[in-house]
Amino acid sequence: MTRFWQAAPSVGHPLTRIEGLDKVTGRARYAGDVAVPGLAYGAVVPATIPRGRVLNLDVEATLAMPGVLAVVHRDNAPRLTDIGEGTLFLFQGDRVAHWGAPVALVVADTPERAREAAERMRVDYFPEPPDTVFRADHPGLYEPEYVNPRNPTVTGKGDVDAALAGAAVVVDAEYRTPAQHNNAMEPHSATAVRSDGRITLHTSTQYAYGVVPTLSKLFGFAPGTLRVLSEHVGGGFGNKGMPPRPDTVLAVMAATLVGRPVRVTLTRPQLWPLTGYRTPTAQRIRLGADQDGRLVALEHRAALQTSRLHEFTEQAAVYSRPMYGAENMRTSHRVVALDVPTPRWMRAPGEAPGSFALESAMDELAEACGVDPVELRLRNEPAVDPTTGQAFSSRRLADCLRVGASRFGWAGRDPRPAVRRDGRWWRGTGVAGAHYPARAAPTTAHATALPDGSFVVRVAASDIGTGARTVLTQLAADALEVPVDQVRVLIGDSGFGPAMGAGGSMGTASWSWPVVTACRELAGRLAAGEPLPPDGLTSTFDSTAAIGARADYARYAFGAHFAEVAVDVTTGEVRVPRLTGVYAVGRVVNPLTARSQSIGGMTMGLSTALLEESSMDGRFGDWVNHNLADYHVATNADVGEIDVTYVDDPDDELNPSGVKGLGEIGIVGVAAAIANAAWHATGVRQRELPITPARAAR
Amino acid sequence: MAGPELASTVRLMLNGAPVELVVDNRTTLLDLLRDRLDLTGTKKGCDHGQCGACTVLLDGRRVNSCLQLAVAVAGREVTTVEGLADDEPHPMQAAFVAHDAFQCGYCTPGQICSAIGMLDELAASWPSAVSTGPVRLDDAEIRERMAGNICRCGAYPHIVAAIREVAGGD
Ligand code: FES
Ligand code: FES
Repeated sequence: MTRFWQAAPSVGHPLTRIEGLDKVTGRARYAGDVAVPGLAYGAVVPATIPRGRVLNLDVEATLAMPGVLAVVHRDNAPRLTDIGEGTLFLFQGDRVAHWGAPVALVVADTPERAREAAERMRVDYFPEPPDTVFRADHPGLYEPEYVNPRNPTVTGKGDVDAALAGAAVVVDAEYRTPAQHNNAMEPHSATAVRSDGRITLHTSTQYAYGVVPTLSKLFGFAPGTLRVLSEHVGGGFGNKGMPPRPDTVLAVMAATLVGRPVRVTLTRPQLWPLTGYRTPTAQRIRLGADQDGRLVALEHRAALQTSRLHEFTEQAAVYSRPMYGAENMRTSHRVVALDVPTPRWMRAPGEAPGSFALESAMDELAEACGVDPVELRLRNEPAVDPTTGQAFSSRRLADCLRVGASRFGWAGRDPRPAVRRDGRWWRGTGVAGAHYPARAAPTTAHATALPDGSFVVRVAASDIGTGARTVLTQLAADALEVPVDQVRVLIGDSGFGPAMGAGGSMGTASWSWPVVTACRELAGRLAAGEPLPPDGLTSTFDSTAAIGARADYARYAFGAHFAEVAVDVTTGEVRVPRLTGVYAVGRVVNPLTARSQSIGGMTMGLSTALLEESSMDGRFGDWVNHNLADYHVATNADVGEIDVTYVDDPDDELNPSGVKGLGEIGIVGVAAAIANAAWHATGVRQRELPITPARAAR
Repeated sequence: MAGPELASTVRLMLNGAPVELVVDNRTTLLDLLRDRLDLTGTKKGCDHGQCGACTVLLDGRRVNSCLQLAVAVAGREVTTVEGLADDEPHPMQAAFVAHDAFQCGYCTPGQICSAIGMLDELAASWPSAVSTGPVRLDDAEIRERMAGNICRCGAYPHIVAAIREVAGGD
């Protein structure tokens, strides 16, 4: 065998994506692209009431339509185990929990026939009066036992009320963010193929491994029955995380009933009620400070919504816990269960809306104290996590703010609002801080040396566009001390064993831990002369114990965002000609794909600042703008110059690769930076997203 | 109750080769490509002409294939992302890889077909909403003309850079 022990470290180099050519030539197959012989197609029949019961389904007429193979519904669906996940407990009774919930699935031999039959299916309901509209003073608001993912609902220290009463300067304001939908470009799709008592499920998921235990419990499958494949995933942003979405359950049910492979691809409008969204929020911030802007009190209270099917509480006030130091602090959450679809993860859940509130309030405090907003943040840097008292493994917020200020040209900024008129535009600039937790979850990986000198690494990671396949290849190559083209990283197969999903900015940290460890061990075995069997030599590592043994630190990525905003004097149209993002995210494995993630996060931040809002029609419990023409996301024409940079952030308390993850931090604080800049431009405070022309106009 | 289903025989030129098949009249060009011909490079993001993921070239012009019925493109020439490369990738495909002009890649075939069609429109001096005089390629023109292709991953600055390079603006 030949093996090159050349020291050519790949980490830190802008390697183009391993699967890049497959993606630009159309060869890359996503879940709904996989060719399967004998495929049948399932189309969802959605409920058209927000609350009540299904009285009658006209199954017979539907079955008589051309090409219809089956109708899956409450009378013939496989019986499921109630695993406490109402969104997946499909066709088990006659209750309708929200508008758009599946009441039947029509399976036909062509997509056209399935769709027509589903659209024509007659369903009779017994409707009940719904409660669908979120309000900050809803009487049903309560304190849940915990908030996502498992954070305490309430934290506090000191006496916030007394400190506020004695503070020289007080800011007390409410901030609102609307329901937002993730809208990855690839709609959810699941294809179930049964053979020999086993099921292969091709699905669009951020968490190939995680789908298996959930569906196995739900259906009562024995271990080894279900295998999930997700080689390429067309974006997720949390929307394809855990739990699996209903398309997976529907495909498995249908394939079981018709004895053929079945594909269920949701339509774009069906994503609104069936796959999750970010809850609307109402957040009250109270800040007390001395005349120089040093905080004495910080309170963050969040009101949120969930559904009646499942309690899911977005951790919006969690953002304020480690961010700025104050002697007296309180954060709390309340949630109300409505007759609406269940909210789920959306990029930087908690931190995205929470940062809009706190970072906007900090700008108001800067104004009230007459302190520059960058300087104000520097003055409130805590030495340790102000809520838990833990030391930070590393905290480079100040570096991010200083580097950003210099790149953006912040020095000499006139703090006065509404004094920069430039033709038809009011111009302004704004800043916000950002943080996002740096976590890792137990994962197993295998590294195999093959007799031809190449290596194969297997881990059930998902590449939803993050560049996971590419950065894992780089990390594995360096650990093996071989060039990247000698290493193949295989991902997106639940058969590779337990693995974290692509979520919570934990993917690279979690997957690389066992990948790097197994590769190093394998290299050591080879160097020690261990013989290479014909089918290869494999090292396997499970990171569970190593993660549990980590020292007690507060681990976070930090960042700063700067925005330049122009507001049309007449129409109120808001433009963002320039954004700067500076991040401390541990080690940057691949500056090319990292930059793509960062500009992607900032772009989504811009999009939520100016455009995104799902509008609930309270009578129907349906979002009226459930399509991409009426729910606006940023397009190419909305985005200006984006400057991204990373500060050095060596941190030995993270994981073997020293990475913190950077999928989410790019969105955190961007809306606040833009809102603060809009105020600087016009003098009108923006406490509610999105900043529409009507809200922005002076 | 539904009326009888209608089907038609359709002949077209697809990526340079003739194709003839019987299609359900309800079938869109997008579904014909994806479900009947296993050309899944062309993606379905919305099925309503709202996202651009399904963009192909029809007689050389960019169109949303989800808005074309298959029966309506009979006799015409369709080029999909699979038909752009010869032995080598098309320069636009290579530039998208080099500039990392995508993340998940799901919008990418549509972006690439759209970019190729767009450069022909520029060459033919078609004005856009941001043109103020004779049409010249700059970033504002690219952003405006590519605004019909949504990239939720937000690769826009890299898409602009890739197109600029292919157009010779770099
Ligand atoms: S799928 Fe055709 S425009 Fe979206
Ligand atoms: S690359 Fe993911 S939508 Fe454009």
